[in-house]
Amino acid sequence: MEPTLNRPLRRSFVKGLLGTTSFWMASGNASWTAALAAEAAHPYQPTFFDTMEYRFVEAASERLFPADDNGPGAKALGAAEFIDRQMQTPYARGENWYMSGPFQQGPANLGYQLPFAPRDLYRKGIAGVEHYTRQHYGKGFADLPAVQQDEILTALEGGSVQLGEVPGRVFFEQLRTNTLEGTFADPLYGGNRGLGGWIMLGFPGAKADFMDWVNQEGAPYPLAPVSIAGETA
Amino acid sequence: MGRTHVDAVIVGAGWASSIMAKELTEAGLSVIMLERGPERTTPVEGAYPESIDELRGAVRKRLFQNLSQSTVTIRNTMDQTALPYRQLAAFLPGEGVGGAGLHWSGVHFRVAPEDLRLRSSVIERYGAKFIPEGMNLQDYGVTYEELEPFFDKAEKVFGTSGEAYKVQGKIIGNGNVFSPDRSDNFPLPALKDTFSASIFRDAAKNAGYHPYALPAANASRQYTNTYGCQMGPCNFCGYCSGYDCYLYSKASPNVNILPALRQDPGFTLIPNAHVLRVDLDHTKTKATGVTYLDTKTRKETSLSADLVVLGAFQFNNVHLMLVSGIGKPYDPVSNTGTVGRNFVYQTITSSRVWLPSSTYTNQFVGAGGAGVAIDDFNSMNFDHGPLGFVGGSPVWVNQAGVKPIAAAIGAGGGGTPRWGSAYKNALINTYKHSLVIDAHGSNMAYRDVYLDLDPTWKDVYGQPLLRMTFTWKDNDIRMNQYVVSRIEPIARAMGATKMNLVHLNAGQPFDTRNYQTTHLGGGAIMGDNPQTSALNRYLQSWDVSNVFVIGSNAFPQGMGYNPTGMVAALAYWAAHHIRTTYLKSPGPLVKA
Repeated sequence: MEPTLNRPLRRSFVKGLLGTTSFWMASGNASWTAALAAEAAHPYQPTFFDTMEYRFVEAASERLFPADDNGPGAKALGAAEFIDRQMQTPYARGENWYMSGPFQQGPANLGYQLPFAPRDLYRKGIAGVEHYTRQHYGKGFADLPAVQQDEILTALEGGSVQLGEVPGRVFFEQLRTNTLEGTFADPLYGGNRGLGGWIMLGFPGAKADFMDWVNQEGAPYPLAPVSIAGETA
Repeated sequence: MGRTHVDAVIVGAGWASSIMAKELTEAGLSVIMLERGPERTTPVEGAYPESIDELRGAVRKRLFQNLSQSTVTIRNTMDQTALPYRQLAAFLPGEGVGGAGLHWSGVHFRVAPEDLRLRSSVIERYGAKFIPEGMNLQDYGVTYEELEPFFDKAEKVFGTSGEAYKVQGKIIGNGNVFSPDRSDNFPLPALKDTFSASIFRDAAKNAGYHPYALPAANASRQYTNTYGCQMGPCNFCGYCSGYDCYLYSKASPNVNILPALRQDPGFTLIPNAHVLRVDLDHTKTKATGVTYLDTKTRKETSLSADLVVLGAFQFNNVHLMLVSGIGKPYDPVSNTGTVGRNFVYQTITSSRVWLPSSTYTNQFVGAGGAGVAIDDFNSMNFDHGPLGFVGGSPVWVNQAGVKPIAAAIGAGGGGTPRWGSAYKNALINTYKHSLVIDAHGSNMAYRDVYLDLDPTWKDVYGQPLLRMTFTWKDNDIRMNQYVVSRIEPIARAMGATKMNLVHLNAGQPFDTRNYQTTHLGGGAIMGDNPQTSALNRYLQSWDVSNVFVIGSNAFPQGMGYNPTGMVAALAYWAAHHIRTTYLKSPGPLVKA
């Protein structure tokens, strides 16, 4: 099974129009600004994570990719929504991984050897971090100041924390990878809202035609990004 | 009930298989091609804009092998327990019609002639003692002159863009001065240099090296190939590696061969057909056909065939030989047997160069095969005497189109932050203003680096997984370090404000967690001695003469070049000898 796209109406609508020049001419920002406003008025309701888990993912992903002078962070870009939606795909159920036993641990360079799919890693990992956080800081992760959240993430990354059955480092890498996916994937999947991730990098998105820009002697590419659904920045 | 009989059955639907199927149907044979993955065509997998979705494509690995069905186990040394390769990372075999030929980049080399006779060449120049203990250095048993017509034929099928140096003895252009004579020019002119490649070209030239445009099976212009299949001009969209080219610009079996083949009434392609084994007669010297499982219905079917061609991915060919009992499994302790011997990879390291913040490298612009390379440190093109290692690396800037998720996940590390504001700042700077120079090198074969069947883990069909025993050896680490050290002055001349030179380190084991390359080789190699090669020089099994095994599995060493061009030439070479000799009188083409 391929991962399913989550907005069938929008997708089929766009598919029907993509070949036409008038679509590219007419699909200005207006309709998409309206769509984004509608999303803001009705915040995303997670379907995999519960409220506490979702607050954790929002808070932790924001520390991994924070808002700063360069532009928006993971929270504003919708990385948490992206991750929640990904949890409904075959990827999150480990269906593309070899998950047959026995599960035997070995040297790190021989790769992942746990019996857990991404959904399990999040369930167990978040519970483990919340437990660790309450024990050491007396509060849930999302309620801590950024400095302490960073301390916890640093400990996870460094491998000094075990989250029950899940090594902290494994959970950290899963969260980092999915956060960055949610920051930079096409907005089709719920993240990279307003193409904010791509604008920061200067990535033109679905343009996919650079015949005139193969060598412009180091000049920056001049056009703003466009998404698969035709959203422009 | 009698089994369905066919003249030839071909396992796999990538380049090697598609070439063989085309040649054999042209010879009038009935051919069934079995592919374990799904049907794939450009109008579906290549349709814009879904085809250029990074998450669905290269990140979730839409066109790659589904490891949940079958994988390999890996260990570094013989005293370790090999563990399953559970997540795709270090290498990415394809699955589905087109195989790795659908998701490849498009770098389309010939071969450095000395690489075909590397053992002889090293001994001639430096003596037999130059070869380290435990290194199984071998010749292919075929020469460049013999293969040249088939390289030429493949380029005209692939629509290869390039810059020739010498054609029929005459120097005609600015191509690679180390490249051998050609019977004809490339069918298409070279792709344009990206900005990053152009400054590498200038710097390398000023340093006294010999830069050339990479040969690319990404069409620089519109092209109609030998089979009437059409390609459109590449627009440098950057979605080659990991994707099905939406412009029909990157050569693939799906675009360049199968459209013609599908019209042949003698040809049948069966997707979702996982071959469980090659069936042998009681003497184990003759194949009677193959048995496959329909992965949708789980029904097993046996086909009867006069000729069996294995054209699956490198290690799947070796796996099929081992589970079928074709030839003798290699045993590193007694140093006997051949199937699994000389398993090789490549040594690939990527060094990064940062340019001033006023200079934009626009890394999203690219083509899989575009770029500029030097061969001054490849093959036998330099004096190995004082250096004391065998092998070499081309060095190149191959800007193939860097996507944001891959850039973000790969950024940081090596002492720099991997998250937070400092990481974010560095990521943006790196994406906008840097470029990569690769050392894309050879990997020699060793007595204790090999393939066999795993004693513990099985695939979903109940068969043992293939086991890889592989690590980096001193010879190859030193080769890589030397070549990377040569990059530094070039990077400086390019105006680097900062550089991160990456090389293998002494004692560093092979790490399965990070992508390196899908250029695996060997394990069922060609040669002139049945004691040290599983296949003869026509890629025919020494043991079962109606089985031919086509692919990079035939390479005795991992070479510095990308393997696809060599695989294609070997497929046409084997097909030529099947058509002109074997079919007239089936049997061994070389006396054992």
